[in-house]
Amino acid sequence: MKPSPRLFKIEQPALRPINWGDIVVLVGVAVLVYAGVRLALDAPVVIKGPMISLSPGALPWYASLSIGRMVAAYALAMLFTLLYGSLAANNRRAEKILIPLLDVLQGIPILSFLPVVLLGFSAILPGKMAAELASIVLIFTSQVWNLTFAWYQSLTTIPGELREASAVFRFNTWLRFKTLELPFAAISLIWNSMMSWAGGWFFLMAAETFTVGHRDFRLPGLGAYLQEAANQGNLQAIAWGIGTLVLVIIILDQLVWRPLLAWADRFKLEMAGGENPPASWLYDALRSSRLIDWLTQATWHPARERLDAWLLRRFSLRGETDPAKTIPLWPLYVVGTVGGMGLLYGAFQAGQMLLAVPLSQWSTIGIGVMATLLRVLAALMIALVWTVPLGVIIGSNPRLAAWLQPVVQITASVPATALFPIVLLVMLGLPGGLNLSAVLLMLMGTQWYLLFNVIAGATAIPRDLKYTTALLQLSRWRRWRTLILPALFPYIVTGAITASGGAWNASIVAEHTEFGGRTVGTIGIGASIARATSHGDYPLLLAATLSMIITVVAINRLVWRRLYRLAEEKYRME
Amino acid sequence: MTTNSHLLALQHVSQVYTSGAKRFTAIQDVNLTLSEGEFAILLGPSGCGKSTLLRIITGLQRPTKGQVLYRGRPLQGVNPQATIVFQTFALFPWLTVMENVEVALKARGIPPKQRTARAFDLLDRVGLDGFEMAYPRELSGGMRQKVGFARAMAVEPELLCLDEPFSALDVLSAEALRGELLELWSSGNIPTRAILMVTHNIEEAVFMADRIVVMDKDPGRVVTELRVGLPHPRQRKAPEFRDMVDRVYATLAGQTQPEHVELGTAPGEPGRTRALPHITINDLAGLLEHLAERPTHRADIYRLAEELHVDSDHLLRLTEAAELLGFATIARGDITMTPLGETFAEASILARKEIFASRIRQLPTFKWLLAVLQAAHRHQLEWDVVQTALELEFPPEEAQRQLETAINWGRYTELLAYDDSGQVFYLEPGAVSSSSSATRQNGQ
Repeated sequence: MKPSPRLFKIEQPALRPINWGDIVVLVGVAVLVYAGVRLALDAPVVIKGPMISLSPGALPWYASLSIGRMVAAYALAMLFTLLYGSLAANNRRAEKILIPLLDVLQGIPILSFLPVVLLGFSAILPGKMAAELASIVLIFTSQVWNLTFAWYQSLTTIPGELREASAVFRFNTWLRFKTLELPFAAISLIWNSMMSWAGGWFFLMAAETFTVGHRDFRLPGLGAYLQEAANQGNLQAIAWGIGTLVLVIIILDQLVWRPLLAWADRFKLEMAGGENPPASWLYDALRSSRLIDWLTQATWHPARERLDAWLLRRFSLRGETDPAKTIPLWPLYVVGTVGGMGLLYGAFQAGQMLLAVPLSQWSTIGIGVMATLLRVLAALMIALVWTVPLGVIIGSNPRLAAWLQPVVQITASVPATALFPIVLLVMLGLPGGLNLSAVLLMLMGTQWYLLFNVIAGATAIPRDLKYTTALLQLSRWRRWRTLILPALFPYIVTGAITASGGAWNASIVAEHTEFGGRTVGTIGIGASIARATSHGDYPLLLAATLSMIITVVAINRLVWRRLYRLAEEKYRME
Repeated sequence: MTTNSHLLALQHVSQVYTSGAKRFTAIQDVNLTLSEGEFAILLGPSGCGKSTLLRIITGLQRPTKGQVLYRGRPLQGVNPQATIVFQTFALFPWLTVMENVEVALKARGIPPKQRTARAFDLLDRVGLDGFEMAYPRELSGGMRQKVGFARAMAVEPELLCLDEPFSALDVLSAEALRGELLELWSSGNIPTRAILMVTHNIEEAVFMADRIVVMDKDPGRVVTELRVGLPHPRQRKAPEFRDMVDRVYATLAGQTQPEHVELGTAPGEPGRTRALPHITINDLAGLLEHLAERPTHRADIYRLAEELHVDSDHLLRLTEAAELLGFATIARGDITMTPLGETFAEASILARKEIFASRIRQLPTFKWLLAVLQAAHRHQLEWDVVQTALELEFPPEEAQRQLETAINWGRYTELLAYDDSGQVFYLEPGAVSSSSSATRQNGQ
């Protein structure tokens, strides 16, 4: 049996020590945050949110607004991916800068940017547009990094002979893109797109429902609808909202992703046919439809032919061994110098602002980071405790897996941020209140990554090894220690990396929230950021945001990346 | 002869890779010509740079030194008159057979109607009609390579380059395809003016070529050129054919040199460091046992390849190892077992280990490795350290292969061990040199 792929697996760049490049990137990020904060100084003190109608009739409109934001962000992310990834893959010098940059950026908790981006935009744009744009920027940043990395990785792993063949047969840039690069990357791009969309919903819901103090950044959409419903305690509306959200996600899955996956099966590189190729009823129906066939013959094929002919003329031949075209270096140096000076100036200014943060606030931030870290760990532990046994049971029982997997997938596809208002509705009355519900929200956002990966890992344990442990009559505990846990290790690590990223992100909306006209908060770095936003305490906002970013990036580097290497090198089943 | 009468001429072509401060010569000063109507073969062991040379000839790669003249003009960029048939076919798996051929024509701007007609015609000619709509993964290896040929023919190349086109195929399809290629070539129905093929299979070379350019490695260079005057179709059983194959084997297998020349020098010392042949000990033992069964303890290397069903490249690596370890000598294409080799073949498992150990202790590379471990703290060294030191003599990939071979041999002989999780080499207690082992014996 072929081992199942690890889900939500982001290829991790090679382990490398933290170097000056990372420092530059981090300083760059700090300056960016600072610029946002600077802009935010002029943000209006009171921002009025939209009126949200709870009538079910409004739901299709809200749903299409939400999807529209997702599509816009995804289109931007794809465009960025193609440009950035190609540049990194085809230009050695650019690669040296772009890849470490990507590496740091993909580890940054995106939601920590939300307040800064929202405030910054609302200072320069009219209220509604600012929130719209901020949500799209946010979703874009949540979708783009893994896509870019997937595209870059595909480009750099195209087999040498295929690349040589396209050079010998004189493919120009377009033909190479269309016949070689895009097909080769297709499967990876589609999987990563699905992942990006799943993540995107999480951030969309957060962006649609974001409110602090007198600033109401909510956007009309599914997320706001659910929040309003929970605020008013309208159970019927909650049911309608969740139903619509699940429906939208299922429809997208059935009408977009499944057919795409089924179609993309042809882009597999292996020369042998797969065991169970992805199937889609829609794709099968489209393929066997005479009408569709006739339509493609009549319109798509000639159009494609003309497009090809035009693009073939348009792009010149790219010689693999053209005497290294010497691009003049001075514009690079000029841009580099100006950029570097800007960076230094920005860093200086940001430093000034950070110095304005009193010591007492720094200690609050420190305590907040620790508190949030503890919550993240708690959420991960709880998730591990229930997902590992259940995942192994499901994974080693194919019939159960076939039956349960779709159920689990649908449950998992509901973004945790959408459910958060509802969780609050229930939990706020209980002792422990927000503290507990914050952990619960993190858990809801993260446990699925672990569960999916444990299931995949359990199905991948070779049957021979299972028989061997049975023949050796190992006790249950020894069986877990010698076979199951080591075999699951890479899968658990992969799941946990994604999960902990999600948990940190969730802290922003989980630790400080407006609910039913009340403001509730607890101790945590997420709470510090939200509070700074609502009070307009800009130095604190900068300090807290940066602290969170640096903490998460450091944990990624020092813990997760190492575990990932260990998993890849020692515990991989081949 | 002026260069103009040649289709292709290579003048003093060298390819040098730099790795840090060290330079490695992949190809050294190759001069080569190819005339119209010629079928030439580049033959040599793996690592002799023949595939690199093919890429230089087609313009996929620029040589570090020297130039390639095509029809008397220096080549710039990819040669539009040349094409390659690849070892692993290099078909686009997501395109049908038809589309795979068509895309080559599309790239040349040929309009759809003509494109389709020409692709149909070519697929028909290589015997693939009926398979136009199939995907490559649905075809056998031999049929995939036919698509490779059809695609190459589609662009009507003057110079057809073949990079080990048959080595990824099973024996029968390879044989069938060889015949079909020769037929296509000799029929004169194709616009191809010359064929240049790369192979490491000696028999294949003698079977097909008009001229064999024999290359050798360390550094990659042309050793000699042989003209094959036999008429087509060639009979493999014919004595002239076997003579020719034997001659090529003799050239490639070389001649056993006096021991100090044969062994070379240690890494870091002046002189050539002999690379450890990348073989497994089981295969070597198999070869020696096979030789021991013969009353004369001697064999024609060419025959051995047939008897053992191994390809010539692999066999030559084995004979090289046997020669290097003093288990056999090689002269004029024959291998003769030495008394030591006989002892090894007849010895028990443990005795074999001992003989092997005593022999590899003589190899400068191995001796050097043991010595540096001996000198190291706690007789341990990290992989990276050893690799860096070896990279003074070998390119990085070769250095890595050397270490892999050393680990394999060292583990077998229990001279050295390697801990994969810590990536550390260390000496086995038994191999720690006499002074310390003497103290241990005293202690017992």
